[in-house]
Order: sequence, then structure tokens, then C-alpha cells
Amino acid sequence: MASFIPPALPSDDKRWKIVHATMRKNGFARHALIETLHTVQSSFGYLDEDAIRFVARSLRVPLSQAYGVVTFYHYFNLKPPGRHTVTVCAGTTCFIKGADKLIATAQKRLGIETGHTTPDGEVSLMVARCVGACSRAPVTLMDGEVQGEMTSEQMLAQLERWTVE
Amino acid sequence: MTIEELEQLAISVRRDNAKFDYQVNVCMDLACASQGAGAIKEALDQAVAASGKNVLVRRTGCMGPCSHGPLVRVDPEKTLYRKLKSEHAEKIVGALGSKPVSELQCDLSEHFEGQVRVVLENAGYIDPSKIEDYIGRDGYKALLSMLTEMTPNGVIHRITESGLRGRGGGGYPTGLKWGTVAKAAGDTKFVVCNGDEGDPGAFMDRSVMEGDPHRVIEGMAIAGYAIGASKGYIYVRAEYPLAVSRLTAALRDARRVGLLGMNICNTTFNFDVEIRLGAGAFVCGEETALLASIEGRRGNPRTRPPYPASSGLWGKPTLINNVETYANIAPIIRNGGKWFHNMGSERSKGTKVFALTGKIANTGLVEVPMGISLKDIIEKIGGGVPGGHKLKAVQTGGPSGGCIPANMLDVGVSYDALLKMGSIMGSGGMIVMDDTSCMVNVARFFMEFCMTESCGKCVPCRAGTAQMHTLLTRIAEGHGSMEDLELLEDLCATVKEASLCGLGQTAPNPVLSTLKYFRAEYEEHIVHKRCPAGICKVSHVEEVTA
Repeated sequence: MASFIPPALPSDDKRWKIVHATMRKNGFARHALIETLHTVQSSFGYLDEDAIRFVARSLRVPLSQAYGVVTFYHYFNLKPPGRHTVTVCAGTTCFIKGADKLIATAQKRLGIETGHTTPDGEVSLMVARCVGACSRAPVTLMDGEVQGEMTSEQMLAQLERWTVE
Repeated sequence: MTIEELEQLAISVRRDNAKFDYQVNVCMDLACASQGAGAIKEALDQAVAASGKNVLVRRTGCMGPCSHGPLVRVDPEKTLYRKLKSEHAEKIVGALGSKPVSELQCDLSEHFEGQVRVVLENAGYIDPSKIEDYIGRDGYKALLSMLTEMTPNGVIHRITESGLRGRGGGGYPTGLKWGTVAKAAGDTKFVVCNGDEGDPGAFMDRSVMEGDPHRVIEGMAIAGYAIGASKGYIYVRAEYPLAVSRLTAALRDARRVGLLGMNICNTTFNFDVEIRLGAGAFVCGEETALLASIEGRRGNPRTRPPYPASSGLWGKPTLINNVETYANIAPIIRNGGKWFHNMGSERSKGTKVFALTGKIANTGLVEVPMGISLKDIIEKIGGGVPGGHKLKAVQTGGPSGGCIPANMLDVGVSYDALLKMGSIMGSGGMIVMDDTSCMVNVARFFMEFCMTESCGKCVPCRAGTAQMHTLLTRIAEGHGSMEDLELLEDLCATVKEASLCGLGQTAPNPVLSTLKYFRAEYEEHIVHKRCPAGICKVSHVEEVTA
């Protein structure tokens, strides 16, 4: 096993070096699978088939197991995100305070279901389980920025600003 | 670092702080930060520099009453300012040394009076990114004095004496758990901290990890000494990026000054901690699923026994506690088991942090002694239900807990009392609902959550939650029948009895508790096709019966 040589990087994209560094830090151990997938997603924005294959081969994990892990955890995305992402928190407190209305408004405005991206690749609509900002419910994340006590009007205004850009 | 060096450092930190005439503490926790606390701190820094006054401006973790944020507290007077904006900075700095700015001040004495702060003792007083601030408030004193004065058995004895029970929800006696892992055979053991906090509506663990990360690390190191482990893992949700970066920095600082690593305090004790990221799976709060996830696998729970105490991470004896449990450890070692034992109710000792949210005036984090009545938490500390609405129920324990009706709130908060009322303590989410919340809809929300989050390994949970969700949707939409209610109750019993892990075993709780206390609301949906709270879109078209 000592003679194991990890496969070559899929391309000379510098981001693969970051992924490689995570695996090396963990000694290419199998238990570093989730850590490595996190690095891929934070570097590339999502996990595509090539990336999953590369990570599985590098860590000597069966492809089925790697794919199983990717699809088991909600945090991993198999599709590239849009240029902007609006995430509506649907935790209990946000739900009590009307997150479902925010979701419905966003769906109607963008014409997509949650978990999808508009056909022009501009905006992704996501739902979060809870971002832990419950005291300011309902909460949305506009490109990752937490905004509390959100109203439909405020959200629509932000979506409008994104389209104007 | 030796205990003498630590004490020297603590004294010099306190001396440095005392050089300032005033300390302006700016809450920069998520809730305040999302409302511009960062800009406020910058404005305060500039105003202080311009004024020439001798003032320390410090960013701190969560101060508690988030609904009044962004918050700033000026010490030593303890003047609390609320709902600040950057343009207020000059006024506040100008008022230092004379009368406080009365129009920005807030009086939350009733909110703070009923609270006892153990876990949150540093919240609002330290900069979480500075290990010196933690040390200045007796941080790591427990760890180092323990290493020089106590045996591992002595530590376990003290934790047992304190009566501390697991703060993750189940309430298993912590001392007993530590003792079991300490006695387990094997040279390699692990300490694991569960920072997954999957319960939607709870955020105290996030706040502790972000606002006082060293407290968790110190608790884990003490546990490592007690059970004979030299390696710890903190499992944190990926949804909490700030907690991850604060913990990473805290670990680096602790290693730098020799409070983690080899031969801590010149003893033979070695200990270090690694962070593992969760990836958004509620079931990973269950201990065996969490361990599978740390090992890089799908978070599927397994049958117990063997318990992690004898066979956990990579088959080695493993101690698993949650963030708040570890956060209680250092104060217990410092102040003694009896001190902790004297707080709280008969079988639930100490304090509990609750994330008070929903339809209530003072939302945020509160820490109260066990045994305090729910009514006191909601009316005195929480400031009651705003907007002239009527309190309907309080939900505790998240998707594993239940809804407690308004007429039962005189009961004191304890593990056993909540269990008796059909709910659980859980991790500490407390969501207040008023007459605009429909209990059928709430039950459906939780069931949808459990259905999505079920890992799919065992049939009762996988199929049962889906069936219950279908029934609840049917009822909420006005197509349900009285037989559906019976079927629902029957399913609840099956899923509760036959599921493999805690997720399935407790998934029926929100349904059972709402059926018990709010049955009339279910019947209203079924018989009169109407939602009393006006939330559900009940279909008025009568079904045609053949």
C-alpha cells in the first residue's frame, strides 16, 4: 500500500491543487472523503462527475460510496449554482413567521422550483434547514449574506437589483 | 504553559483592561452582525480615536436579547444601547463620562434578572478571537489546576457530584458516561464534541462556538484527561462557517501557547482537537450516525449496543457530548461539583440555555436555572407575546419534541417534567406560538422535516414518516376523515416503537402532543373544513361520496 501513487490532477486548473492539498494533509485516508468533497465544493461551487471520480480514485474509495455520500448530504450540490443565490431559511421559527410565503413569492418571481436555477443561469433558489439566526426570523441569505426580518417586498427588491446589474 | 504562567498572563490581561476608563462592547453575533454591527464598531473606533478618550472598543459574542440588536454595552456602568446605527457612534462616545444617551438606552433588567449565567458567563465580555480575553476571565485555569492537582478519577467524581446531565437532549448523566468510557478497555480513546445542532430553531451551540470557542476546547481537554484520550474531534455543521473559522483560530492559538499539544503544563498529558465538518444531515446528531460521518461515510445510525462508550470511532471507546455539556465542564471543575449541584431542580441540576424565538418580544439566548417555570421564561424574561396576540403554545425539543399548551406553562423546566408533558428538553430550542399558528400545520411541518431527514435505513421511520405526512397534509387541506386521526395515532405508536434510532423514535412527538392538547383543531379541519388560525388552505369542496 505504501507504493500508492495518487492519480494526476484532472487539469492544470489551480483549484485542483487546493483539493490535492486537503487530501495530502489527511494522508489520502479514506475518512477524508467528506472533507475533500467540501474542499471541491468550496473551490468549484459544486461537485460534478469528474470531480467525484477523481476524489474517489485518489482516496481509494469505491465510486458508489463516494456518490452515496454526495447524494446523502444535503449540503453537496451536483449542479452549478447561478450567478446569484437566494436562500430562504425554512427552520421552525422562520416557518412560524412566514418563510413559506417568502418561498412562494420567490418561486413565482423566478419561475422555478426550490433547488433550481433560472434557465439563464442568473439566480438559484435554495431552501436552508436552519442557519441559526432564528431570533431575526424570517431569514434569507442573499449571496450568503444573512438578512433578518425579511419581507416579500424586500426580497423582490433585491432580486430586482440583481436583474438590473 | 504552567499554572503560574497562566495566572501571570491572566493578571496582566486584567491590568491592561483596567487601564481603560471605559470598555465599549459591541455584540457581533450573527443577529447583530446582520444588522450592521460591523459598521457600528468601525464608527465607534473612529469616534474614540477622534475624541482622545481612553476607551477600549471590543467586539464580543452574543449578548442575548437579539431582537433589540444591534446592541452595545458600555462598562463599567453596564449601560445597554439598543437598535444602534453607525451615526449614533459619536453621540455614545461623547456621552462617556457624563449622562448616557437616554433615547438609545434600553432597560432590560427584568430580562436579565431571572437569568443565571454559567455557560454564557463570558458572552458579551470577551473577544472570541482573543485567547487572552478568555484567559483573563479564568479561562484554562480549570484545565491546568486539574492537571496538577487532580486524578482522572477525581475529575469524574466531581462531574458526577455536580449532577450534570447531557445537554444534547437525552439528559444522560454526564459523570456516568465519562466513568463508563474511562473504564472501557483499550489504549486509544476519543473525545467527540457534537456541534451538529440540527434542531431548526435552536442556535445556542452556534453562539457558544462562535462567542466562546475556548470554553468548548477546555471542556474537551478536561474530558480527555478524565477518560484517558489524547485526541478529540469537534463535529460542526457546515452551515455555521463562522463557528468553524472561530474554532480553527482558537485551536491554533491554544496550540501556540501550549494549552493543546504534547506535555501540556509539563505533565505527561497530550491532547489535540481536530474539526470535522458536517454536510447538512439532521440524523448526524444521533451519535452513531455522527461517528459514521466523521469516518467519512453516509450518516447512517447503527444498532446499539455496542455503545460508542465501548466501541465508537474506528471501533475505539469514544465519549460523545454536545457543545453545551462541554461548556459546563470548566466552571464545574473551577467551582466544585456542589456549587453546580446547588443550582436547578431536584433531578435536573445547573442551568440551561434556551434559544427563545417565535412570537415573543425579547427573542434571543437566555440561560436560566433548571426548575424555573415556562411562564416566567416567556412572560418575565421573554417579555410576553407582542401585538396583542394570545399565547397558544410553546414548542421545545424541535422535531423530536412537542407543543406545550398555554395552560400548562406553570410547570418548572426539567428533563422529567417536559417528558411527562409529551415533549423533551432537546437541545434548547423554545419557540413561542400565538393564535396565528395552526397546530396541524406545525405538526405537518415537523413531519415533513423528519420525512426528508430520515436516512432511510429502517422501514418504520422511512415509510412511517412519509405516511404520516400524507395523512397530515390530507387533514390540513380539508380532505381528512375521523378514521385518519385513528390511523395517524396508530402509525405514531408503530414508528415510535419500531424505529432504529432517536430520529424515528421521537418523530411522532410533535403529532402526538398536538393531538393530545389541540385535538379540537384537527377536528375543526376535518369536520368543518376550516382552519381556526387561518393558515391552512382548506378546500371547501365537499368530496363526492359514491
